[in-house]
Amino acid sequence: MEMPRPNAQVLARKQELVARLREVLPHDAVIDAPEEVKAYECDALTVYRCAPLAAVLPSTTEEVSRILAICHEMGVPVVPRGSGTSLAGGALPTADSVILGVARLRDVLEINTDDRFIRVQTGMTNLSVSGAVEHLGFFYAPDPSSQLACAIAGNIAMNSGGAHCLKYGVTTNNLLGVKMVLADGEVVEIGGAHMDAGGLDLLGVICGSEGQLGVVTEATLRILPKPEGARPVLFGFDSNDVAGACVADIIRAGLNPVAIEFMDRPILQAAENFVQAGYPDCEALLIVEVEGSEQEQADQLARIIEIARRHNPVAIRESASAEESARIWLGRKSAFGAMGQMGDYICLDGTIPVGKLPEVLNRIGELGKEYGHMVGNVFHAGDGNMHPLIVFDANVPEQLASAEALGAEILKLCVDVGGCLTGEHGVGIEKRDLMYHQFSTADLEAQMRVKDAFDPMWMLNPAKVFPLTASAERRREA
Amino acid sequence: MSEALHPQSESELADMIRAGGPFSIRGGGTRGVLSQGTPLETGGLSGITMYEPGTLTMVVRAGTPMADIEAALADENQILPFEPLDMRPMVGSAGVPTIGGVVATNASGSRRVKAGACRDFVLGARFVDGTGMVVKNGGRVMKNVTGYDLAKLVSGSHGTLGVITEVSLKVAPKSEAVVLLAADGLSDSDAVAAMSAALTAPLDVSGAMHRGGGQTVIRLEGIRTSVVERLAALRQRLGSMGSWTVLDVEWAACADPSTLARQEGDIWCLSVRPSAAPDLVERAGAQEVLYDWGGGRIWMRVPEGTKLREQLGDFDGHATLICASPQIRATVGTFHPERAGVAKLSSALRRKFDPSQKLNPGLMG
Repeated sequence: MEMPRPNAQVLARKQELVARLREVLPHDAVIDAPEEVKAYECDALTVYRCAPLAAVLPSTTEEVSRILAICHEMGVPVVPRGSGTSLAGGALPTADSVILGVARLRDVLEINTDDRFIRVQTGMTNLSVSGAVEHLGFFYAPDPSSQLACAIAGNIAMNSGGAHCLKYGVTTNNLLGVKMVLADGEVVEIGGAHMDAGGLDLLGVICGSEGQLGVVTEATLRILPKPEGARPVLFGFDSNDVAGACVADIIRAGLNPVAIEFMDRPILQAAENFVQAGYPDCEALLIVEVEGSEQEQADQLARIIEIARRHNPVAIRESASAEESARIWLGRKSAFGAMGQMGDYICLDGTIPVGKLPEVLNRIGELGKEYGHMVGNVFHAGDGNMHPLIVFDANVPEQLASAEALGAEILKLCVDVGGCLTGEHGVGIEKRDLMYHQFSTADLEAQMRVKDAFDPMWMLNPAKVFPLTASAERRREA
Repeated sequence: MSEALHPQSESELADMIRAGGPFSIRGGGTRGVLSQGTPLETGGLSGITMYEPGTLTMVVRAGTPMADIEAALADENQILPFEPLDMRPMVGSAGVPTIGGVVATNASGSRRVKAGACRDFVLGARFVDGTGMVVKNGGRVMKNVTGYDLAKLVSGSHGTLGVITEVSLKVAPKSEAVVLLAADGLSDSDAVAAMSAALTAPLDVSGAMHRGGGQTVIRLEGIRTSVVERLAALRQRLGSMGSWTVLDVEWAACADPSTLARQEGDIWCLSVRPSAAPDLVERAGAQEVLYDWGGGRIWMRVPEGTKLREQLGDFDGHATLICASPQIRATVGTFHPERAGVAKLSSALRRKFDPSQKLNPGLMG
């Protein structure tokens, strides 16, 4: 993966930069020793690594503002970092950059259940936000699978989703307001606890901007009353086509399940070997979860089962207890770990129109054979958000390159059937160079103009999202 | 005023924008807020280009009348979940509301409190910016983080960043059952408390409104058995907070804000914290008021010429002037002034997308 050549002038001024950062931050908040900055050399896309010039860990919005002002003045690129769980390289540093980590911004600032919001500092983890309101009977809806570790700052940067966004939407649908520090250190407040922010929808474009428009230090998030309970049902089918058709029928029926998860045979086998999930022997497995009171769950499940029966499932397993529910989810939740047992893997997240599921799954199978890689598919079927896992052996030369080439083919396929390159992980560096497959020059130009407006010097996370050739002029101008 | 332009295609629209300007952009011109400039009507860019009921997706050109969209959806027993608001009775306009106008003004109705705003259902958009550049953004899938979300940015931009030519929308199945539970004569603060009690229970309330001095109404929707059960739970929860009865009318008959326009005065719409709403209404000296979104949105009529924003001072939210004479509108301003930092970003974006100020100049600031 190509990254821009580090700026020699910036590298030469490292000591001066560190000294200036130390003037405005506590001593332990500036990390510059080579063995210590190594901890920030990558995120969850671990195949790419580069140690930054320095890392800073501010504890307040004011400190973030001072850091950005100094870096801006000295022409030093800044790479914001939540918890470093990005699968797309969103927090990958360049050698001439400063990593700005939000890990010390961890306070709950305000909880108001009557007005149904929570205001937090963005270094809080996703799960801890829900945890802060759980005793009040509320929760924060977006639930990316890394929710134990991932920070709200990163959720906003990548517009994170999760298994339950079929019903509750993704981050952008649950974000009411932000306090954000711009590249030059200016602090702006957008939106608030009211439902619609007013004016241009700046929140809409900040959400999912991958840390390129500003550093969000505080967020006002919508919280929802926690449903009484939830219960899954599992269906096994003898072909991907039938499972896909069943998904479409359930969605169309207006039954509002909170999650519809899909696993294909390679994933099922891996999960079986790994955790003995006890899934039926089938080609495709669906887990459909519903929420509500006991009676509501039973009513919804009955109707979902009725729909599924029309597709002649080879197995139906309705959960009758918390234990059975956990059993049904076990294999799904261990799917990534299970694939990890088979080797190294790349996880993609292209999204496709739900109606194209069977066609795309079949084509992915063919492509996998062509490239000689096993590909498992586990995904949020309700919204067409695929997660093909391409297995490879990092110790065999060329395997990473061929797995990446296969990944690129699969993502192009997603775009060609009317979908997109990424549904929830973000572009980062991973899909940067595929952007021309989805967008025209004008489409990308329009997006880059937004960055021009927020960050005219292109100091924040500059080498991400846009193909380097597309952003070259702007990064040079800076 | 120069003669109105009616582009028949996206490329013709782009040519017109490159060659002329400034423009006053409109779908059906039904929303009562128009800028100076050559009228540019999107009615020629019309038609549903794709509708897949099975995947809950519709792609539609901007000038398509809302009635056509609603009819196509009704045939499949589906709806636009954000419950778009028809502004004609309120502002006394004629014309045909279009989806382009709805999206450009992010015009959401009562179900916004549960389902989300119009912008939450815009999966993708095509638009022509002020330089005549044709831009496509987003797509037709439910989850998409590929590049910046410009589809949201142009939704609610009132045409000032670009003229929307096509949108893809997420639609939803129509609910099998609807029930309204109402109480009479609650004070504004008791009504907001009751609506909060309803909205903070896991009952999927899809509408919560209160008319000052009149009715408070709460709506439940969903599959029949579930609605029945939630109704019982809702009654129990609201128990002592008034005398609640099931109402046998359409939601629109209760929650229609256009009743405020039947008498003289200026009409405003505020977006606020629900708990702050009653106090704001009192300070505003409102003559008539309708709370929606559980109190999060306030429609109010105040005496003509009221400088409402000055009267209310600083509050968490914003106030938009909906109906007033042109003189008052010119003095008071349609949109709430933005905080300094936000205003700087907004004008920087406008300079980037519309450097020659051709698109609804001055409308938003």
